[in-house]
Amino acid sequence: MNILVCVKQVPDTETKVKIGDDGKSIDEADVNFVLNPYDEFGVEEALQLKEAVGGEVTVLSVGPESATSAMRTSLAMGADKGVRLNAEDVRLKDSFSIATALANAIQSLEYDVVFCGKKAVDGDNHQVGPMLATLLDIPCVSTVTSLEFDGASFTAFRDVEGGKETYTGELPALFTTDKGLNEPRYAALKGIMQAKKKPIDVSDAEFPAEDSLVVESMELPPESPPGKIVGEDADAVPELVRLLKEEAKVL
Amino acid sequence: MAKFQGIDYYKLDDHFSEEELMVRDMVRNFVENEVLPDIEEHHKEGTFQKDLIPKMAELGLYGANLPEKYGCANLNNVAYGLIMQELERGDSGVRSFASVQGALVMYPIYEYGSEEQRQEWLPKLASGEAIGCFGLTEPDFGSNPGGMKTKAVEDGDSYVLNGAKMWITNGTISDIAIVWAKLDGVVRGFIVPTDTDGFSAPEMKGKFSLRASVTSELVMDDVRIPKENILPNGEGLRGPLGCLTQARYGIAWGALGSAMATYETALNYAKERIQFDKPIASFQLVQDKLVTMATEITKGQLLAYHLGRNKDEGKMRHQMVSMAKMNNVKVALDTARVAREVLGANGILDEYPVIRHMMNLESVYTYEGTHDIHRLIIGADITGIEAFK
Ligand SMILES: Cc1cc2nc3c(=O)[nH]c(=O)nc-3n(C[C@H](O)[C@H](O)[C@H](O)COP(=O)(O)OP(=O)(O)OC[C@H]3O[C@@H](n4cnc5c(N)ncnc54)[C@H](O)[C@@H]3O)c2cc1C
Repeated sequence: MNILVCVKQVPDTETKVKIGDDGKSIDEADVNFVLNPYDEFGVEEALQLKEAVGGEVTVLSVGPESATSAMRTSLAMGADKGVRLNAEDVRLKDSFSIATALANAIQSLEYDVVFCGKKAVDGDNHQVGPMLATLLDIPCVSTVTSLEFDGASFTAFRDVEGGKETYTGELPALFTTDKGLNEPRYAALKGIMQAKKKPIDVSDAEFPAEDSLVVESMELPPESPPGKIVGEDADAVPELVRLLKEEAKVL
Repeated sequence: MAKFQGIDYYKLDDHFSEEELMVRDMVRNFVENEVLPDIEEHHKEGTFQKDLIPKMAELGLYGANLPEKYGCANLNNVAYGLIMQELERGDSGVRSFASVQGALVMYPIYEYGSEEQRQEWLPKLASGEAIGCFGLTEPDFGSNPGGMKTKAVEDGDSYVLNGAKMWITNGTISDIAIVWAKLDGVVRGFIVPTDTDGFSAPEMKGKFSLRASVTSELVMDDVRIPKENILPNGEGLRGPLGCLTQARYGIAWGALGSAMATYETALNYAKERIQFDKPIASFQLVQDKLVTMATEITKGQLLAYHLGRNKDEGKMRHQMVSMAKMNNVKVALDTARVAREVLGANGILDEYPVIRHMMNLESVYTYEGTHDIHRLIIGADITGIEAFK
């Protein structure tokens, strides 16, 4: 089975971000980058699938040279090879441009299954996976929490408000992965040592002529006001309820 | 609590390779997810977290700087040091376990063992299938191991060992012990399966330090082992001391992990704890403490880093290791003690990691050559005059 996983390098969610000089993107100096956590579920699922039925796991990423570490992490976990679609200003690209670049590259590859994280924790758009499936003209099940394969058929499960949905379909197909799908493995030392020997093909990303969306500006959220202690014991409850109703308006 | 980010005041991260950082971050996540949730409970109960044994093995953390053909990861020594740093950020006992298994059991088999011994034991020790311990110290011989009384006597195709070792990490849970004993008056190393008749390893109780690590006596009463269990290469104290150099190297890094843990706790606490209507971090005396910690840790990082690069380039002398072990453990102990102060009464509670690290470090200060013995080693090196005796 040929399994593709689209991965993105994102700032560690613990990083305190600063806005860059252009006012449209973050300042990347001093930022600790990691493999997008939702993509990690995709890598793990791909590895488990490979371990079960055999095949090859290829990770794809759109980005500059400095964005290879997410791919290296995936290779260290056990993926076989990488494809980097080179692009410098990738952070200003909209989801459709990224999905198009991925689709253009994937057209020429053989694949049975494509995994994307349900979202990247930086952009938070939830778009690339479904757009990519549409461009490839293959079925897409988003935010899957459990997956089963039987030959060329699959059964995918996803959580919906108050319940669970079950889908069946035929491969090739794309799945966007959600928390709960699996427990991603740590990259063992041997994997880390092998990762640098695994190939990463580089080619230029082929984007659409223009982005359909343009980032105009980026701002940090306003500082949250300091917490308020209303009182210490049961006597404070009425005042707390009043404030939650009237000031915070959450009740 | 925010995720641990380490300290990098001098942009040392720019000097680590991508691979070294990957190793560090992987072990950091592992410690965060697998060690920290349970460590206080094990510390309280005085038990070693045994479920970590196979987990660390799976990641390849034992003997990580030894060659691949024995089932090891063949990392460079800087990456190896970063592993020790991150493990000890969790607990000195966890780092001790890995140090003993890798530097004090696998290393002597690799360095002083025969090819058969390497083939037989290293893969099993790397995979955690076998656990080992290192028996050098005796009740009457600590800093002066050359005086040891444990003896091996040749008898037909066996050696027969008699004697007692004390303070042996992992002793009770080991499958093999590397025992140092005198054969015709010369110190030699022996691989002793712990299920051999006459061998016992009762656990030592009552420790206030390294509570989450097993410490044992080794009692040997006519322990008969096959002749091929002697480590053929390495006669005299040079053998055990060579192992200690490896373990001390790891401790020089490990101590930094502990210091980072207690410094970070103190820093966060000082910024949040309000007294006299202000965070205590706003008082000059408290800032002075935090600055000292950050400065000393940064200096310690530079020592460890350069020691590691020197080791990888084959330029490391054992006296250099003494300096880094001595300095960095002292830095860690001082940092823990001052962090304890900054936390006030909370500093004595096991809700925070500080008091646990502080007590652990009392052992680390003493084992693998006491702080003072390392001073004497460096003193002898720079003056040419030995002051031990
Ligand atoms: C938790 C723990 C785990 C350990 N694990 C192991 C293990 O796995 N294997 C192993 O073999 N050992 C182990 N040890 C033993 C450790 O290495 C010894 O405790 C250490 O070498 C010191 O020996 P000692 O305790 O007998 O102290 P001593 O040698 O009696 O020293 C007592 C004091 O005298 C000082 N002193 C001694 N000689 C001199 C001198 N010439 N000049 C100036 N001062 C001197 C020392 O610095 C120290 O302050 C462990 C110890 C502990 C606490």
